[in-house]
Amino acid sequence: MMAHVEARGLRKNFGHLAAVNALSLTIAPGEIYGLVGADGAGKTTTLRLICGALKPDAGEVSVCGFDLRRQTEQAREQIGYLSQRFSMYEDLTVLENIRFFAEVRGLRPDEWYPRSLEILEFVGLADFRDRFAGQLSGGMKQKLGLASALVTRPRVLLLDEPTTGVDPVTRQDFWQLIIHLVSTPTSDSPSIFGENGGSRRGVSVLISTPYMDEAARCHRVGFMKKGQLIVEGTPGELRARLEGRILELRGSPLTEIRHHAAEVPGVEDVQAFGDRLHLRVESGQAEAVMRRLPAQLQPMGVSIDALRPVPATLEDVFIAFS
Amino acid sequence: MNSRLASIIRKEFIQIFRDRRTLALILVIPIMQLFLLGYAATNDVRNVPLAVFDQSKSAESRALLDSYRAADYFALAYDAGSEAELQRLIETGQAKAALIIPPDYASRLKAGDARVMFILDGSDPTVASTALSAAQLIGQSHATSILAEKVARSGLALKLQPPVEVRTTVWYNPDLISAHFMIPGVIGMILYAITAILTASAVVRERERGTIEQLIVTPIRPWELVIGKIMPYTILALFDTLTVLFVGHWWFGVPIRGSLSLIIGVSAIFLLSGLGIGLFASTVANTQQEAMLTVWMTLLPSIFLSGFFFPLEAMPKILQWISYAMPLRYYLSIIRVLLLKGVGLESIFPDFAALTVFGLVIMTAAALRFRKRLD
Repeated sequence: MMAHVEARGLRKNFGHLAAVNALSLTIAPGEIYGLVGADGAGKTTTLRLICGALKPDAGEVSVCGFDLRRQTEQAREQIGYLSQRFSMYEDLTVLENIRFFAEVRGLRPDEWYPRSLEILEFVGLADFRDRFAGQLSGGMKQKLGLASALVTRPRVLLLDEPTTGVDPVTRQDFWQLIIHLVSTPTSDSPSIFGENGGSRRGVSVLISTPYMDEAARCHRVGFMKKGQLIVEGTPGELRARLEGRILELRGSPLTEIRHHAAEVPGVEDVQAFGDRLHLRVESGQAEAVMRRLPAQLQPMGVSIDALRPVPATLEDVFIAFS
Repeated sequence: MNSRLASIIRKEFIQIFRDRRTLALILVIPIMQLFLLGYAATNDVRNVPLAVFDQSKSAESRALLDSYRAADYFALAYDAGSEAELQRLIETGQAKAALIIPPDYASRLKAGDARVMFILDGSDPTVASTALSAAQLIGQSHATSILAEKVARSGLALKLQPPVEVRTTVWYNPDLISAHFMIPGVIGMILYAITAILTASAVVRERERGTIEQLIVTPIRPWELVIGKIMPYTILALFDTLTVLFVGHWWFGVPIRGSLSLIIGVSAIFLLSGLGIGLFASTVANTQQEAMLTVWMTLLPSIFLSGFFFPLEAMPKILQWISYAMPLRYYLSIIRVLLLKGVGLESIFPDFAALTVFGLVIMTAAALRFRKRLD
């Protein structure tokens, strides 16, 4: 099956700085691809390059087989884009916003109304259709953005940190919507995915997020650093890269232990996770560190209650790569 | 019509009618400017306060004062008791002109060599120059009538008539009312300012508020965005033109002698320049303030170098050349001619052609600079 998004060798410079460099990624139909990385790693620029809001200095993008540079508008017709910054009209109502974006994206006058109601129902904004967008809460604004991105039944959804600054309950809602979009078979719900859904498995989603719990929900995750995609894989594959290299430590006082543990040979990094520490050790050094560390630290008057290998979290992976 | 274009225009109108500031700019400011400039921006000199130091206090001196009083150029505001008082009145600005009649005025008048002194406050040259010629004229005609009286009384059969008489007729604006000259100018200025400022801020607002990012990923073509953005302002600016025109006609009595459709047509062509400047400003500015400043920077020279306030003929050559680059210059000369003289297209053709060329060039340049991208 043809990839929904295919980017090859993307590069974008801002002055001397390469915001995105040699970036290639492919997203299959029905796939949720998570883009993670520190602030300034190039996630937003990547999304903007893929939707054509920025022109790349090198490389190419195709969306559902349409070349973004030569068949710009056809490619864009496949895309729903939710930018990081709220970009609906605050002085228009929810329904007016949906109508505007539905019409300019090609919905016929007799189509936009039933479709808008349907999509507002879907994201849970049906009761707020006459409220000005500027008066919505942060979470509702994001849902409006999602509704607007979905109103023309795009095959590719680009979401730039859609849940940043949104409360946990709304984040949960939001993810339910995304998962619903991707996983619902097309024949059951032709209205969300389009009438001729036979050839489609659902919407593909490219989502950037700073939250590791969200990254864990994606089918595949790509880590960005300094404009490059340094590693990608399923959450399981990524965690496996740190297999046997994460030790969990409980003890007291934690701050002192943290300080000294970093100096133990074989320990690469120490991170506090609430009432415990995560130690990342050099490959194959777990056994040695588990022997060495208590011996080295206990004479200093700290107590170590537990030290055991644990499976890596995506957070560990993220920290290891950044 | 193209449905995307219709949607953009519709959205823009909703936003305009919800935004009180923009609405005020469109509906109230033009009328306000019309009244302000219609009344305030006048070169008419009337009722200049005149202080008199009459030391003669004779029938002859009163006759002279009556002549000054008769013309409404001067208002006899103060009767001063000394030269020092005259000076004080002029220094404080209470009087703009002063007349000193010497004690021997009556007796010397009989001898035929009377002198009076007329003093003018020259700190406002416009008022002073008009008042100066008025003062001279009134004095001369008073002298002539005294002379004629004398001749008549002496019984000489002499016909007192100057060898050449200049008869003047003023066409188009016989009473030389400033408003008839200013109000067509106001129309031009409003059209230019409103379209440029509103277009610039309407486009920049999309960028400033981040909505451009959503617009970019829609299949809207750049030209649709440009047309959709400027169309509502074009319609509103033409509405303003007609409002100012008719208020100017009914309230200030400005004649509309030319054909209304020609006036509207020429105004629409002129709008291209204002819209183009606004669109251009929006491509260089990132915030509404920047856009506004950019527009203002073009607006001020436009107003001063278009003959709006000051006659171009009196300017140094270099400024006159620069004025040829101001679209407002052509429009002002056209609209004044159309309103006051009522001529047809053939009489305004060179200016009309220049205006069209300017409009098309500015608009094309701005549209080419306009990009539907973030960078």
